[in-house]
Amino acid sequence: MASTTPAPAVATARDAELFLSVEDLKVHFPTEDGLVKSVDGLSFELRRGEILGIVGESGSGKSVTAQAILGLHKGSRARISGHIWLDGRDLVPLSDEEMRGVRGSEIAMIFQDPLSSLHPFYTIGDQIAEAYRVHNKVSAREARARTIEMLEKVGIPNAPGRVDDYPHQFSGGMRQRAMIAMALICQPKLLIADEPTTALDVTVQAQILELIKDLRDELNSAVILITHDLGVVAETCDHVVVMYGGQCVEKGSVDDVFELPEMPYTWGLLGSMPRMDRVRQERLTPIPGQPPSLINVPTGCVFNTRCRFSDHVEGRRCFTEHPQLLPTAPGHEVRCHIEPEERRRLFELEIKPKL
Amino acid sequence: MTTTSAAPGAATPPAGAPLLEVRDVRKHFPGRSAGLFGRRGNPVKAVDGVSFALHQGETLGLVGESGCGKSTTGRVIAKLIEPTSGSIRFQGKEIADLSTGQMRPLRREVQMIFQDPYSSLNPRHTIGTIVGSPFRIQGAHPEGGIKKAVQGLMERVGLNPEHYNRYPHEFSGGQRQRIGIARALALRPQLIVCDEPVSALDVSVQAQVVNLLEDLQNEFGLAYVFIAHDLSVVRHISDRVAVMYLGKIMEITDRDTLYEAPMHPYTHALLSAVPIPDPTVEARRERILLTGDLPSPSNPPSGCVFHTRCPKYRDQLSDGERERCRTEEPVLEDKRPGQSVYCHFAEVRSDIIDGEAPAPRSTGIREVIRKTAAGAPGTGIE
Repeated sequence: MASTTPAPAVATARDAELFLSVEDLKVHFPTEDGLVKSVDGLSFELRRGEILGIVGESGSGKSVTAQAILGLHKGSRARISGHIWLDGRDLVPLSDEEMRGVRGSEIAMIFQDPLSSLHPFYTIGDQIAEAYRVHNKVSAREARARTIEMLEKVGIPNAPGRVDDYPHQFSGGMRQRAMIAMALICQPKLLIADEPTTALDVTVQAQILELIKDLRDELNSAVILITHDLGVVAETCDHVVVMYGGQCVEKGSVDDVFELPEMPYTWGLLGSMPRMDRVRQERLTPIPGQPPSLINVPTGCVFNTRCRFSDHVEGRRCFTEHPQLLPTAPGHEVRCHIEPEERRRLFELEIKPKL
Repeated sequence: MTTTSAAPGAATPPAGAPLLEVRDVRKHFPGRSAGLFGRRGNPVKAVDGVSFALHQGETLGLVGESGCGKSTTGRVIAKLIEPTSGSIRFQGKEIADLSTGQMRPLRREVQMIFQDPYSSLNPRHTIGTIVGSPFRIQGAHPEGGIKKAVQGLMERVGLNPEHYNRYPHEFSGGQRQRIGIARALALRPQLIVCDEPVSALDVSVQAQVVNLLEDLQNEFGLAYVFIAHDLSVVRHISDRVAVMYLGKIMEITDRDTLYEAPMHPYTHALLSAVPIPDPTVEARRERILLTGDLPSPSNPPSGCVFHTRCPKYRDQLSDGERERCRTEEPVLEDKRPGQSVYCHFAEVRSDIIDGEAPAPRSTGIREVIRKTAAGAPGTGIE
């Protein structure tokens, strides 16, 4: 295709600096109603010290991707194909047992709802220390000391006094901090945060995002931040993957994607959120319709049922031919049949003035 | 009531009496006792002296962190719970101390839309039953029968009337919220209290529901109390906004003033925490981080309830000024015409959202402040 980017260069780049590389990941769930294609051919790369944002609506496959990287589908009926290269090792063929050694020590996850992901019967301290002792041969005393140190690091006031509290004695923001302490206690190289701030107030959200950025700087970890809030992406991430219907429809650096988004779905997402920094619009412009069924994914482009711009493509290619994810600028890829010049023209003329 | 001044934050009160007038409403929940025979603990002051007025066709946004009392305020207004003290006048009639039976005729006028479209609809009832229940409970006989009225409502809120016999689980989150809206609309109320109506929805669906709420407001002249923690949505839909903290209103004013020239340090912190989907704007904005957690509403701090977390108290005030924050509670009063603020040291900042202040305007505003601060406060409105 593009003869200017020789394949060997890509390969060495991967070996040298790419830390996580997801290649053509597919996660399909067989159900009574049919095959649910939750993730269908997703690829992205991540370097150490980078934060990658994955955005999309409910059901776009964001969380399933995270679960697949963590190997949480092993032993279930899910059909997984593709590669997940973590530091040169493919995680997809690993057994559940092997994966257990990777989880917690190399990859850690922060879940959306800290109340349901903490056990109500055990103290915060016991739960965090357990995560540490599973992967490290240390005494209970050492684990406790390390736990208190971590709680202090994530900003729990009076950590030695709060370490024996139960989850219900913590506020929502403190629970999420405790979850982060648990995730980071083994100094993972990859941290996956699945909607870490969705259940929190904006003030607490700002604190938690600040904390994630600080820890990234300190540990030089790679971070995947899954969210539906484009504001959070703009504030926190270096790169962004926009997902729709189990596929990546646009990806690139945050600066590029927010400066010149080219996929009509990204336009729709940006246009449907009211913005405080712009002149107030009389009406919001929602994306019409509902997200597609993942069992009967539309033929052609996944977004064709809700796209206002399919008449900018000759013939009915949007409905017959599945568009490829193609580079439009260095590091910026878009899955859309509309010609790149036309997309940029449409964005400048029709979309940007209404944002 | 006759000699009191206009409600706080009402810059130019629209003509006519307000539809809803809330004065000094408090809701204190009894504290938990320590042990079986222990003494009762301090009451939880969920709402502690809230006053505002709302006119027909107007939207008042209520914002604040969780636990600030915004939802309790909404429920007290809708009389789902009884206020501990204070006055709620609806269409000029005192409703604060009405019994459930006495309230029933008024329920036609005041309705509520809830946050969670999953738990606010009975899973064993069809949509027809759910949306039609207000007619049955109130003994109303709409023209053409209940079924026709329900189908009309379903069509109005963008649901397919043929789905009359379906159950809630057959609908998506956005559609369920439409069902909740249709039910609230059934008896043509004057006022709808919307408690986080779009918080559980995806942005694209959220925009559909917000547009629907605005259309219905224009069509039926509805007044909304719109409770939400998303400040961008509140800016979009509200005419006036009240910011709450620990059961009290910190600042209440019209929408544009609140977002362009907020005065309370808490409003500054809230607005600065909202991420904006533009990396260049994000890079130049200042983020005012609040430290610590919300104090317990059963044991609020002395003086100004916000002083324990106030960035201004922490960084900018002298010891003498801090002493005042700790000992003397501020009152919600007009610092500028139509902008009521609960703070001893309120000051306009217009650089919160965009990161840079629009230069000519901000100096003008600062001059106004100095003038109002020099003169007697609270004389801003007639």
